Amino acid sequence: MSNPARAESIAQLERLVAALLAKGVVSEAELAAQQASTDRASPETGARMVARAWLDPEWRAMMLKNGTAAAEAMGVSMAGAPPLGVLEDTAKRHHVIVCTLCSCYPRAVLGYPPHWYKSFSYRSRVVREPRAVMAEWGSPVADDVELRVVDSTADYRWMVLPLRPAGTEGWTEDQLAALVTRDVLVGVALPKLPA
Amino acid sequence: MNPRFSPGSRVLVKNDWPEERGPCHIRTPHYLRGRAGEVERVLGAFRNPEDLAFARPAETRVLYHVMFDQPGIFPADGKQPDKLLVEIFEHWLEAA
Repeated sequence: MSNPARAESIAQLERLVAALLAKGVVSEAELAAQQASTDRASPETGARMVARAWLDPEWRAMMLKNGTAAAEAMGVSMAGAPPLGVLEDTAKRHHVIVCTLCSCYPRAVLGYPPHWYKSFSYRSRVVREPRAVMAEWGSPVADDVELRVVDSTADYRWMVLPLRPAGTEGWTEDQLAALVTRDVLVGVALPKLPA
Repeated sequence: MNPRFSPGSRVLVKNDWPEERGPCHIRTPHYLRGRAGEVERVLGAFRNPEDLAFARPAETRVLYHVMFDQPGIFPADGKQPDKLLVEIFEHWLEAA
């Protein structure tokens, strides 16, 4: 899936788009709007949501109760998108997200999935040996922490609300958001302070 | 929506293999078929992807977040106290 698109795949896509346009299922304008919205989405949105949750208990409660509403409040259009769920880490629980069946990913708040997320090795290994995968990513999980592997198999999309790292007292939302990378939002890494 | 199970319900994933009977589209991972878990939360009702994938009329089905003991599913590589949390449709679940 990291290979460049083949000519026959492109031709097939063009025939599909032509058929959908001819049948009136979608319009050129709708396709362009969806493309623009997909291109605009980025992990900065998810990072901003997390930073706000670390600072504002009311926002945190709302985001955990209804991730879709929280994304909408960030200016993301969730109409037609799958509902978003936010999984709360604690001192004794960490979440990591995978889609073993395909590549379901919270694109509305994280943008395009990275290639590794769609790879057979990540998808097959993280459910079997999540601790080994976390250790290889440089974020080993302590023995007394429950690791929850969330297999995104159906209609929800998930992101992680990680623990706020110690040593960030008094930090601004911008400073905190900078700690929350795409990998942190998927749960394969934990937020780390700059060395 | 009238969910048959509620948070805390013990459930068994059906040990069914429709892919052996012909073309199908299912969202229940193979590693959970026939395995027992516990309902964590009711996620809502969604149109059945098994029909949507074939452009057939699709009823809504209740979707659950179901928790499984991870080392129970993968004893060779898993470790306590880890868990697997997976979305499973109601028609794949039986009371355990």
